[in-house]
Amino acid sequence: MKCDKCAKPATFHITDIIEKGKHRESHLCEEHARIHLSPTDETLDPPAISEIAKKLAQSVGAQSARSSASAADTIACPMCQITYLEFRNTGRLGCPHDYEVFRDELMPLLENIHGEPRHSGKVPRRAPRNTRQQTTLIQLRNELKRAIAAEDYEAAARLRDRIKGIELEQGR
Amino acid sequence: MTLDDLTQTSGEWLKGIGPESDIVMCSRIRLARNFAEFPFTNRANRAEKAEIENHFKNAIATIEPKLDYIDVNALSTLDRQFLVERQIISRELAAGEGPRGAAVSREENIAIMVNEEDHLRIQYMLSGFRLQEVWDAINRLDDQLEEHLAFAFSPQLGYLTACPTNVGTGIRVGVLLHLPGLVHNKQIDKVFRALQKINLAVRGLYGEGTQASGDFYQISNQQTLGKSEPELIRILTDVVPQVLQYERGARNTLLTERREVLHDQVSRAYGVLKTAQTISSEETMLLLSAVRMGINLELIDDLSIATVNELFIQTQEAHLQKLRGSELGVEERNIARAAYLRSKLGAGRQSRH
Repeated sequence: MKCDKCAKPATFHITDIIEKGKHRESHLCEEHARIHLSPTDETLDPPAISEIAKKLAQSVGAQSARSSASAADTIACPMCQITYLEFRNTGRLGCPHDYEVFRDELMPLLENIHGEPRHSGKVPRRAPRNTRQQTTLIQLRNELKRAIAAEDYEAAARLRDRIKGIELEQGR
Repeated sequence: MTLDDLTQTSGEWLKGIGPESDIVMCSRIRLARNFAEFPFTNRANRAEKAEIENHFKNAIATIEPKLDYIDVNALSTLDRQFLVERQIISRELAAGEGPRGAAVSREENIAIMVNEEDHLRIQYMLSGFRLQEVWDAINRLDDQLEEHLAFAFSPQLGYLTACPTNVGTGIRVGVLLHLPGLVHNKQIDKVFRALQKINLAVRGLYGEGTQASGDFYQISNQQTLGKSEPELIRILTDVVPQVLQYERGARNTLLTERREVLHDQVSRAYGVLKTAQTISSEETMLLLSAVRMGINLELIDDLSIATVNELFIQTQEAHLQKLRGSELGVEERNIARAAYLRSKLGAGRQSRH
């Protein structure tokens, strides 16, 4: 199978949930898969604390509303065939791809469990360079957020410069 | 290395060395990792589990230090229980099915479970309060494994795990604390509530869902997403000293206000352990806990902490049966346990080392 966006072979088969019960399949090469899966600029911005609190409150409500079964429960992962209902019953996902397939359902849950929606920590050495940079960016943005909260504007200025530097390097 | 070799030794984490080892039995970190190209263990069939196991065995052949692989699927129930008691494998792995196992270093600092809830559960333990050292060591180990294995990872969510509660860093940073003072003055629940408020979990000696026995409690992080490994370690390294301070305060109060009562309790516990002819596991844990505190408060001076630490493990069911070389019923076990304790603590024992 060819990539939807170019002539290379498609090695990634991605299911996007557009809205409840509706999903779209994409077949992409590695490069286009990465572009496809990268968060948009908007989602990369560090949300203000009040925003997180608001989202958290909403997700708690959303979770309980959803627990009374919904269309999302019947979505199955094309890789491991697990349905969201099965996950809800066992608490265990079936394969790494489930995090994409059930993304809309899982994100509020993850925010609820961990309080934060984005990884900040070790990146495998094998991960492509831009992935590492992306995670570094997230870490720096978190530090920036904390520096501003602590009114340490000197540190904040330094962090902002480093973030700008990486963004320039990435050609954004 | 065979399991029978293990009965002759004990893990480094029981040696009672390292900072704060009067209260901090050991520092432990585990990392959850999954292979990118396989379903998680609960959805993997026998052939896939065997493949995962093979990939892993090939990877560890090249890393340092050398690890021995134990095929848990081929073991008897007793041997699996023996590994659970030693903290090398979890009860979940022992009870699982299909190809699965654990790679262990000679000192038992490293134990990597294969095909548990996640494909790999990498564990590193050191005696005493040494989380930074543990992190440096396990991080290096993880780096080495990564040279051979492609782990499931997403830029946004980090390391992908079978349960969303572990996603991100996949890290569990923990310390195993001996808190008889706080149990005695009944402040322990208050301390735990305070820890839970800052999102730390408190568990018993054998992890999730187990009752604390011997006054041992594990404290560990719950959040794995959104904070880096050093940040999560810092939370523990900031909080644990406060718990140690409370425990020392409780012990000092006992010493100054009720010295005779405490000394009496400790001496009687020691006396029973040295002379009993039959003793249950529960009573053993309770008395060993008193003796352990007695040594730390210098009320007992002819016994090493390491010996007591080892006895907590060696007096458990499977250990006794392995040492005896036969399966034993409850009553036989209680007799064997008492005999073992007398041989280690009683009049005829070898001198302290």
